[in-house]
Amino acid sequence: MDAIILQILNGLDKGSAYALIALGLTLIFGTLGVVNFAHGALFMIGAFCAVTLNRLLTLSHQVVDETRTDFLGNPLKVDVPYMQDIFGEATGAAIIDWSVPLAILFSIPIMIGFGVLMERGLIKHFYKRPHADQILVTFGLAIVLQEIIKQIFGANPIPTPAPDAFRGSFDFGTMLGFDPNVIIYPYWRLVYFGFAAIIIGAVFAFLQFTTFGMVVRAGMADRETVGLLGINIDRRFTIMFGLAAAVAGLAGVMYAPINSPNYHMGMDFLVLSFVVVVVGGMGSLPGAVLAGFLLGILESFASMNEIKSILPGIDQIIIYLVAIIILLTRPRGLMGRKGVMED
Amino acid sequence: MFGLGKRDLTLFFIVAAMALFAPFILNPFPTDSGMAQFNAGYPDLMQRFVIFGILAIGFNILFGLTGYLSFGHAAFLGVGSYAAVWMFKLLSMNVIPAILLSMIVSGLFAVVIGYVSLRRSGIYFSILTLAFAQMSYNLAYSVLTPITNGETGLQITLDDPRILGVSATADGGIPVTNLFGLEMRAYETLNIGPWAFQFSVGYYVAAVIMLISFYVAIRIFRSPFGMMLRAIKSNQNRLYYTGLNARPYTLAAFVISGMYAGLAGGLLACMDPLAGAERMQWTASGEVVLMTILGGAGTLIGPVLGAGFIKYFENIFSKINDQVVHGWVSFLPDGLEDLVVALIHPFVGKGWHLTLGLMFMLIVIFLPGGLVEGGQRIARRLRRKPSPDDAKSASTEPAE
Amino acid sequence: MSKTTLTRRGVLRTGAVAGAGVALPTIFTASSARAFTNEPTGGSVTLGFNVPQTGPYADEGADELRAYELAVEHLNGGGDGGMMQTFSSKSLEGTGILGKKVEYVTGDTQTKSDAARASAKSMIEKDGAIMITGGSSSGVAVAVQGLCQEAGVIFMAGLTHSNDTTGKDKKANGFRHFFNAYMSGAALAPVLAKAYGEDRKAYHLTADYTWGWTQEESIKAATEALGWETVEAVKTPLAQTDFSSYIAPVLNSGADVLVLNHYGGNMVNSLTNAVQFGLREKQANGKNFEIVVPLFSRLMARGAGENIKGILGSTNWHWSLQDEGSQAFVKSFGTKYGFPPSQAAHTCYVQTLLYADAVQRAGSFDPCAVAEALEGYEFDGLGNGPTLYRAEDHQCFKDVLVVRGKENPTSEFDLLEVVEVTPRGQVEYAPDHPMFAGGALGSCNPGA
Repeated sequence: MDAIILQILNGLDKGSAYALIALGLTLIFGTLGVVNFAHGALFMIGAFCAVTLNRLLTLSHQVVDETRTDFLGNPLKVDVPYMQDIFGEATGAAIIDWSVPLAILFSIPIMIGFGVLMERGLIKHFYKRPHADQILVTFGLAIVLQEIIKQIFGANPIPTPAPDAFRGSFDFGTMLGFDPNVIIYPYWRLVYFGFAAIIIGAVFAFLQFTTFGMVVRAGMADRETVGLLGINIDRRFTIMFGLAAAVAGLAGVMYAPINSPNYHMGMDFLVLSFVVVVVGGMGSLPGAVLAGFLLGILESFASMNEIKSILPGIDQIIIYLVAIIILLTRPRGLMGRKGVMED
Repeated sequence: MFGLGKRDLTLFFIVAAMALFAPFILNPFPTDSGMAQFNAGYPDLMQRFVIFGILAIGFNILFGLTGYLSFGHAAFLGVGSYAAVWMFKLLSMNVIPAILLSMIVSGLFAVVIGYVSLRRSGIYFSILTLAFAQMSYNLAYSVLTPITNGETGLQITLDDPRILGVSATADGGIPVTNLFGLEMRAYETLNIGPWAFQFSVGYYVAAVIMLISFYVAIRIFRSPFGMMLRAIKSNQNRLYYTGLNARPYTLAAFVISGMYAGLAGGLLACMDPLAGAERMQWTASGEVVLMTILGGAGTLIGPVLGAGFIKYFENIFSKINDQVVHGWVSFLPDGLEDLVVALIHPFVGKGWHLTLGLMFMLIVIFLPGGLVEGGQRIARRLRRKPSPDDAKSASTEPAE
Repeated sequence: MSKTTLTRRGVLRTGAVAGAGVALPTIFTASSARAFTNEPTGGSVTLGFNVPQTGPYADEGADELRAYELAVEHLNGGGDGGMMQTFSSKSLEGTGILGKKVEYVTGDTQTKSDAARASAKSMIEKDGAIMITGGSSSGVAVAVQGLCQEAGVIFMAGLTHSNDTTGKDKKANGFRHFFNAYMSGAALAPVLAKAYGEDRKAYHLTADYTWGWTQEESIKAATEALGWETVEAVKTPLAQTDFSSYIAPVLNSGADVLVLNHYGGNMVNSLTNAVQFGLREKQANGKNFEIVVPLFSRLMARGAGENIKGILGSTNWHWSLQDEGSQAFVKSFGTKYGFPPSQAAHTCYVQTLLYADAVQRAGSFDPCAVAEALEGYEFDGLGNGPTLYRAEDHQCFKDVLVVRGKENPTSEFDLLEVVEVTPRGQVEYAPDHPMFAGGALGSCNPGA
């Protein structure tokens, strides 16, 4: 029982990452109809916003410590962050410690700006082009972005820890009547889940309850008619693109402490996010979120020893197997709209 | 001649001539010059050009004609390679049985995957094929290791049975893949002045097979069957209304396309008897898609050009290191030399991906029809009189 | 007047056919004198450095490349000579190899067997490389080793840790200086037993591919021999990035040690996840819960940040070693690049020197002569103490380092401290040991 609860928690946690990425992707792909292979790269850039802020905050000057030596036997140079000079040692250290949550604020304008720039500068010209051209141009862009990151930050993963306050685990089991220390779950992963829930809720509320959202939803359904009504749908789509980029970026920022970011993390998530979106059904936001959580939970269960001993290697293929089964039983995924990207 | 129209025949002869003289065409620079770095006329790369050309030609039969975008084509490439290597291990080192088996096995695979995946269209089809390929890759890497030898890749060894051959040669080596005694790896070097041209047996075997594949592809493009496939692309519903079931035609195209990929995989194994799981990874499937779009989807020659383009970058640009760049610009004054090297540095060697990504973007932005359109534009510019007929053929069919 | 010569490469060299135009090559003549593939004829010799330059191991590959460039510099008489000064063999004089200037070409393995072989082939066919070296994974090493055997050049493996490289996939033309999974297990187990006791229950997480399996098999055998019990051994997909669903069951499995048979990105993520789940603060069976990483890479461990503190593992070499050879190497590497070398850089540098030295001693670039010079060769002064290149399987036998993540690092490079130098005698095994059985070296192939 405790094992199952733990895997449900894991599934929700994985699922929230999948759902966030898929949500951003489906805004662009399922509704604007652009096959965006650079979406993984947006996620990666989000994570590197956290890394960059951490680097900025830890910008240091060197103080020579005569008592110690470095590997060549010269006096050791110790890095002292400017933050500690400005705010004093304790406050400075605390600011650095909280760099990941601070990066949320830092990343939103960057990601929106980046998304708008990308749409205005590049994607706009590809709305009417064949999907194949969109694949090529966005894939090229994804490669260029990740190579730039690689040239700046190197290929190795970069540790980006969560604030000290969120280290350690929360004893979930005691709340449910289990013995202490049976079901414990890391605080930061719980934060990630809560954060994902808030973002998803905010995006839905935005599209559901604002005039802007209403126009966008109308535009998704019938772009031409909305245009004929004298509404500048193009500008709204640009903003949507910025929004999607921000969602992907935020998913990346918050993910940085879970797994150290590296330059190819976007490509690792790219295929998966397409699978999630399509399983959820093209053009459906709730579908994408649902599919994200579903696949996350199933993936977690598939990695349990009891299941692996019956079906060896099932955890290697579960996501794809489920995708095939769903697409064969439900022609348009879980909640897909008719006629979106079907030909 | 050969049942081809005049234009197709011209194209076929151009391709044949290019394949025949590739060792010269691809080796424009003298061996000792600094530019020799850009020579691509060595056996391994020439073999890759034609083999990936076959793969892209086959992919184009499905994608260019029917518009069905398979994102799992690499699975057939991998399956073909495994089949061929097993043939070398069990039967003989002759390439003919290996190639035949690789086509049969990948054909069977394509029937199964195609039958299931073609129940859906558009993006749903793409994701189904992707899922099958990724499952094959993940399993080949792990659980199926007894068959695939996992991470290491399937290789031939000294203790393979090889019923119609020897397990080991007289001097204790592993026997070599051959065509009735003609060793695939044998090659001749022709030195003319400072140039050295290499003629490889393996390359010419692969090139002949590529020409046959190309010929078959032209025939398919021009056949009633090809017309039917185009009809599916332009409007499948209308086809249904006329009482035709499109499914058997698309399945046939899928299987043919899968067998082309299997053939390419088998040939890869013939030139270099190793089959690795990463041949089936989604990145490999994506590469085929990129090759086809980059060259010009729906055109006959485009995919081959696209394949050559990507393989050229992978094999040539990745080998340019700082030392080589310094060699090129050593005539400059020191400070300027370092500056130029620093400017080129991010784009070559370990940065070859960056150059490739930029090229993808530039080509698709400025040449919507891919490399073929680039060629057509140049040809038109040379002729200086754009006729309406040319303009029409230049607008390659949108690939969806 | 243009002079046209026709040579037969791959089989035999010969026959000048004067004439113009396209003369068809004679493929099946057998009358020539070229003794082996890519015999260097001019004043220089070309080595092929085949390292990952893209993909997850690109930084490790970059460090290998730095080491190679340093080695070439030293061989050609530049710099301070590095380990050539401390090497027990004095045949290298800083005048290249056999008086020929050493040149090199580089390529990108992408950590894929296919790409690695393509790159190695282009070095052999196009650039005339006489030796191929490098790599950062066992799959690539085995694939390229097989290619070099077929092509008739020497392969000096870079970082490859799987038993198979010199086990069931060993080749007469291939040589490995790096240690292997068996040695890791044999060196690590006694230290683990001493530090954590002999009554431990271990839970293994293993990357689901050949290296992971040999690593798991080796460490399991070694620890079980000392009384440990293996509770569970779980395979994880190679492409996995989030290991939470594999770590969570460890909590209540009854195990009190977690062994992570992961490398590179897998290791960074699984270790980070394990620490997130609070395993290190946990008590199990009345003991402190411990995590073990059998193969440590300092370069990659940086990605795990604080999480590696106090964790035991093994490594081939570490820059903090105080012997003369290591010091000389760290000094010349550190002076040139500004930071200490990694174990991958060390093994690549050493392999280059060993190859050059073997050629020098053999007096020929002929792969068979070089192989003979390397087989059964005893040397010292290259950072690992007295070392033997065993003739039976072309594996180096030397001391193995057991290391621990440092509690108070002074710099970003100072992550590991050496806990014990396990003597060579303790990690030796018979060439026909079951973990290495099933392959044969075959006979050396000079390629002619």
